[in-house]
Amino acid sequence: MLRIRKLPIIIFALFIIVFPLVSRLIPAIQNYPDLMIFAGIYSLITIGLSLLMGYAGQISLGQAAFYGIGAYVSAILTATYGLNPWFCMVIGMIVAAIVAVLVGVPSLKLKGHYLAMATLAFGIIVFIIFNEEVEWTGGPDGMSGIPGLSLFGFAFDSVEKYYYLVWFFVFSVFVFTINVIQSRTGRALRAIHSSEAASSAMGINVSRFKVVVFVYSAILASLAGSLYAYYLNFINPSTFDLFFSIKLLIMIALGGMHDIWGAIIGAFLITFLSFEWLHFFEEFEVIVYGVILLLVIIFLPQGMVGIPKILKGLFNKKVSNG
Amino acid sequence: MPMEKITFANQLLQYLITGLTVGSTYAMVAIGFNIIYNVTEIINLAQGEFVMLGGLVMVFLHVAAGLPIVLAFPLTVIIVTLVGMLLDRLAIRPIRQPSVLTLIIATIAASIIIKGIAMFIWGKDPFDLPAFSGRHPIHFLGAVIQPQYFWIIGFLIVIVIFLTLFFEKTIIGKAMSACADNPGAASLVGINVKRMILLSFALSAAIGAVAGITITPISLMEYDRGAMLAIKGFGAVVLGGLGSFPGAILGGLILGTIESFGAGLIHSGYKDAFALIVLLGALFLRPSGLLGSIEVSKFKRF
Repeated sequence: MLRIRKLPIIIFALFIIVFPLVSRLIPAIQNYPDLMIFAGIYSLITIGLSLLMGYAGQISLGQAAFYGIGAYVSAILTATYGLNPWFCMVIGMIVAAIVAVLVGVPSLKLKGHYLAMATLAFGIIVFIIFNEEVEWTGGPDGMSGIPGLSLFGFAFDSVEKYYYLVWFFVFSVFVFTINVIQSRTGRALRAIHSSEAASSAMGINVSRFKVVVFVYSAILASLAGSLYAYYLNFINPSTFDLFFSIKLLIMIALGGMHDIWGAIIGAFLITFLSFEWLHFFEEFEVIVYGVILLLVIIFLPQGMVGIPKILKGLFNKKVSNG
Repeated sequence: MPMEKITFANQLLQYLITGLTVGSTYAMVAIGFNIIYNVTEIINLAQGEFVMLGGLVMVFLHVAAGLPIVLAFPLTVIIVTLVGMLLDRLAIRPIRQPSVLTLIIATIAASIIIKGIAMFIWGKDPFDLPAFSGRHPIHFLGAVIQPQYFWIIGFLIVIVIFLTLFFEKTIIGKAMSACADNPGAASLVGINVKRMILLSFALSAAIGAVAGITITPISLMEYDRGAMLAIKGFGAVVLGGLGSFPGAILGGLILGTIESFGAGLIHSGYKDAFALIVLLGALFLRPSGLLGSIEVSKFKRF
């Protein structure tokens, strides 16, 4: 996907802007803007993860840890020390970036399953820290009293206001990331995915690029974590467990990991599945997730974004046969 | 003798014994990883689910259905082995473009499906299994040894002897080793590689089941223990060197011991973190492991 067309982005942006106004009129979907705040927060993480997995070909099973770092840094600095939430958001991103460098530099030298297992172990360690450092994090009970966000006296204190704030962030990140993909950096990343040896022979500094993308994905996850904490005003460790990292993986795989649109589609689908459509299954929804993931990997390796291509292929076949 | 004074040395001995026992379980998980890895180069993240299933199926057959141990034990191993074979047929073989990414995702998918089904069948509570020869502890230099410890270590030894004979003396075992060395060449000399892959999943599920059956009387078992067992088993694999069987045993025992000492001496809340920190340390400092070789790893596809 070298060229990313502008029209779909504009249509999508219009949809996001108009949606809350429409949903207000239809009782059945009145709560959807609230869900779409979560879809937006997850999109921030999956955009970074898509760049890391789909474009750079690296697996991270510890992305929930960076999401948690953003949330906890913001929560601790605002609720306990009373600092400015925006400032804390930036501090969270800096902390996540530093941690990502420390974990990423040695892990990204490893290939394939080693990296997956290193990030998996890292994610679980961070999760244990959230649970055990009770003095700082409140332990398994979590932290409350996290303030909301406001700017120059304007408080983002309703679902709709927060909705526009989150989606402003998502679009900024989306457009920035698309520019990265279409730049030299993006071409370098795709080269690394195809062949590390060949790209390093072409003069691409493979390990530096991989670390940079890993750090970028960590910063986005941290930003998402801060937005989550300021929206709910309460956090606890179970939000940032191993299963959330797996859920992110399902979002990427379901949406399609080789296309940045896949990140957003996947985040949307999984948000609505888990908050709205899978209620019937209650906690057995994990089975459904597992089945979805397996079916996608076997039958739809390109994810949802690959469907138009498959349909086109079927159509062309029919035309040529007939 | 409850009044006897427990010295620090007694305590250390206790940690060592507990660590070696738990480590034996990690070693069994690690052997399971290696069997599948050696034939397919897949890291099967559902490996821990075999252990969980082993424990819970045994609880069902022995405690709920009342079958005697001598019957329930082999039956449990057979059931979990079938699950392992299903895993290969339903999750691994259908993948058309295998890569590290897709294979890891497939085993993750399988592992959450197995976990979810286990939660559906057994619920969320942990289950106990009677120890094979009672729970009268043996006192040794001030440390307490559960009789079950001997069963766990004993089964590890039995598995090692069985696998050594299997891979060195039988035609099938040799065929499996050939697939590990070079699947293309193996199929040229008439080895059915697909069948060998199926067999590797069966064998590794069986060993996982034994690990689960033997550890449950000590640590109980519930539906969501698989992931942590898998990652600790993988820690043992990395510590010993991916693909190396002596390495898996050494790695498992070291990991169990570090975990036991860490939990006892430093902070019990971080019990699970110690093994993971060892895993990260091993990956960062010596990814080829204690007994693995860098030269061999260069010939691997993934």
